[in-house]
Amino acid sequence: MSGPSRYDVADRAPRTLIDFMLRWETILIGLLIAVVIGNTIISPYFLDIYNLSDATFNFSEKAIIALGMTLLILVRDIDLSVAAIIALASLAMGLAADAGAGTGLLIPIGLGVGAICGAFNGLLVARIGLPSIVVTIGTMSLFRGLAQVILGDQAITKYPAAFQTLGQGYLIKWPPIPYSFALFLVLAAIFTFVLHKTAFGRKLFAMGNNPIAAQFSGIPVNRIRFWLFVLTGLLAGVAAILLTARIGSTRPNIALGWELEVITAVILGGVSIAGGAGTIPGVVLAVFILGLATFGLSLVNVPGIVISVLLGLLLIVSIAMPIVVRRLLKGKPVV
Amino acid sequence: MVDEPILRLDHVTKQFPGVRALHDVHMALYPGQVTALLGENGAGKSTIVKILTGIYRPDAGAIHIGGKLQSFSSPRDAWRSGVSAIHQETVMFDDLTVAENIFMGHMPLRSGKRIDWQLMNARAAELLKSVDADFGSEVLLKRLGVAQKHLVEIARALSHDSRIVIMDEPTSALSAREISDLFLIIAQLKAEGRAILFISHKFDEIFRVADRWVCLRDGEHVGEGLIKDVEPRGLVKLMVGRPIDQVFPKKKIEIGEPVLEVVGLSNPTEFADVSFTLHKGEILGFYGLVGAGRSETMQALFGVSKATAGVVKLNGKTLAISSTADAIVSGIAYVPEDRQVQGTVLPFGIRENTTLASLHQHTDKGILSRVSEQKITRKLGGRLSVKAAHWEQRLNELSGGNQQKVVIAKWLATSPKILILDEPTKGIDVGSKAAVHEFMGELASEGLAVILISSELPEIMGMADRIMVMHEGRIVKNFTRAEATAEAIVTAATGGGHHAAA
Ligand SMILES: Nc1ncnc2c1ncn2[C@@H]1O[C@H](COP(=O)(O)OP(=O)(O)OP(=O)(O)O)[C@@H](O)[C@H]1O
Ligand SMILES: [Mg+2]
Repeated sequence: MSGPSRYDVADRAPRTLIDFMLRWETILIGLLIAVVIGNTIISPYFLDIYNLSDATFNFSEKAIIALGMTLLILVRDIDLSVAAIIALASLAMGLAADAGAGTGLLIPIGLGVGAICGAFNGLLVARIGLPSIVVTIGTMSLFRGLAQVILGDQAITKYPAAFQTLGQGYLIKWPPIPYSFALFLVLAAIFTFVLHKTAFGRKLFAMGNNPIAAQFSGIPVNRIRFWLFVLTGLLAGVAAILLTARIGSTRPNIALGWELEVITAVILGGVSIAGGAGTIPGVVLAVFILGLATFGLSLVNVPGIVISVLLGLLLIVSIAMPIVVRRLLKGKPVV
Repeated sequence: MVDEPILRLDHVTKQFPGVRALHDVHMALYPGQVTALLGENGAGKSTIVKILTGIYRPDAGAIHIGGKLQSFSSPRDAWRSGVSAIHQETVMFDDLTVAENIFMGHMPLRSGKRIDWQLMNARAAELLKSVDADFGSEVLLKRLGVAQKHLVEIARALSHDSRIVIMDEPTSALSAREISDLFLIIAQLKAEGRAILFISHKFDEIFRVADRWVCLRDGEHVGEGLIKDVEPRGLVKLMVGRPIDQVFPKKKIEIGEPVLEVVGLSNPTEFADVSFTLHKGEILGFYGLVGAGRSETMQALFGVSKATAGVVKLNGKTLAISSTADAIVSGIAYVPEDRQVQGTVLPFGIRENTTLASLHQHTDKGILSRVSEQKITRKLGGRLSVKAAHWEQRLNELSGGNQQKVVIAKWLATSPKILILDEPTKGIDVGSKAAVHEFMGELASEGLAVILISSELPEIMGMADRIMVMHEGRIVKNFTRAEATAEAIVTAATGGGHHAAA
């Protein structure tokens, strides 16, 4: 019995072209190309390096949060309070700026408030064991409500100039790359590496697919969940710094509704809402598709509301498409 | 015998990507008779069950029931035509009650399409009584252990009142007493003229209940006949294609110094005052009925749950284990009982499952090395003869026994010092079982200490150096290898002969 196995087992699956064509990332690349071509046709101003660089200001902050959200959704959690964390972090920075704090102090304040809010979510979810959707719906109202109570209906606008450059300045002059976009690219590269190349990344996928088996395999499931909430809060703090600096002010309705835009990007990026499946490159592509589509449409003066309708349709169609194609390939009825 | 089959399967073929699961298979079931379906892990037994219950459609072939051609496109179609099944892997609803699970899809109704809860709960209670379950019909399913869930699954199959009852490894989670109860039920079903298809890897059971047998090898029909005309050796040879020694190869191993000492381990509900010592090179058996607290005790040792009292010492040093990660670092490995929930990540491939508990061994400067992962996967997967198309194949595409082999491989890959095996050969065929036992013996001779929980008497008596018997959360008796008799062990397990633990 101790001889070699009597079964012949290959190392890898045979690869087929259809599998590659139906990969979500392939579909997203097609979609991105379509968006670029479409925008070039509808507006002559779209393919301009300065305009494109300008466009990145509008999505980089959300994109940074989407990276953390990807990991949370991957392990079956979600954080609906990210936009409210921005409001609270921005308020804290605003109060400090009012009291005369400089850039060197404002940054740690923004990051700290973000991380603390994230830790609060994480504690309730991973320690107490409450469902993350319930907890973060609660903290969404709590954090923003707190900001509104303290701020009333005023705005804080006294930010130092050096601070404002963080949100408005460029890391490289040519090609023009803003700080926020550069930071997003660096973070995306780090997240891609960690999620897809390291043991930690593998553990996250295991947790998302079967948290019990993951725990039985020595993975500290709840500890990791806690730290992912802290991480996402921290990234919301980063976004708060960039956004506050960019618009140079703190208002109670700052970043209102961003949580849904972030989650839209994650889902369009192919992350399963049930957990356990998804890639960072997919989410990065989705961020570009959504950001560039919004930018192109706004260039030809399509109203914001219509843009949301169109993006909603895009999300539904692109998620339904591969399912429909697979059914057609298998000869099953589509509906 | 009136030998007119009630069910006939002809020229059935089923292909999966890279695997021909069934090829031109035929089979017949007869009223009032039990037909045993035999075959190695991955031979195609469960695939036949899934075709007969409308879960898979065959690529070719026909099913006739009572002479009429059938074509099932859902499990519902199948039980309308009188086929119900206990599946190898139970699929049930954790948040519903036992009664709701039993009657899912065919709940008794009152006028106005409302559910008749009273009738449903009462009928469920009757069914539970017939399988001798020790829990009520209104308990939530998630409160039950694996074996208890299996009893629910059996009750569910009986609830359809079908002419044809299929049992895919119904005894794999059960201990001797529950198995006897199941055999009484089977006798009753036979007497009522029902046809039964019985799948098991345990020959003693097959020879106890079956009237006929059909054997598959690599998806092909390789023989059939009457049980009274064959003996186990012949069947094994037919199954595997070569003769195999079924006896457990217990090696004589020098028992070393104590590695693990457990004193007074307790938890408020599951186990109390559990004390034992495990030595280097020793295989320590734990026997008990379903619900005796064996798995719970071991899970506390492994850091899954917390014990409220007691001391655990590893190599003389008191051990504080508060998580499974701690346990693994201390060199403890635990092959869990419930492979679907606790053991495997079903959407992961074989390689990713094999290395999941030992990932740090395959990282170089933080980066996972696929080459290194493939090496250990090939080595252990080959050693345990995992049958698969390729090592990246997802676990949910493997047969039950092959999934179990991957779970064992995962824990061997951690190179443990203490290996706790909770029903390790559940669902594994005779040949592979001998291989696992040989492997266990070999590891013990290299100084590994093994705790073996098994509900299979021959396994535990064949492999263990000492046997602890648990009853209602306590160790009630322990036997040395020489003292142990099947009768004494079973008596102790059922609570007979009140001896205190030594
Ligand atoms: N969904 C699937 N996709 C691909 N291959 C599959 C699928 N289901 C089963 N197979 C393959 O078909 C073969 C037969 O599997 P099956 O589950 O019928 O085996 P079995 O005889 O029940 O084995 P066991 O004794 O381990 O339960 C195996 O090689 C298995 O890998
Ligand atoms: Mg099977």
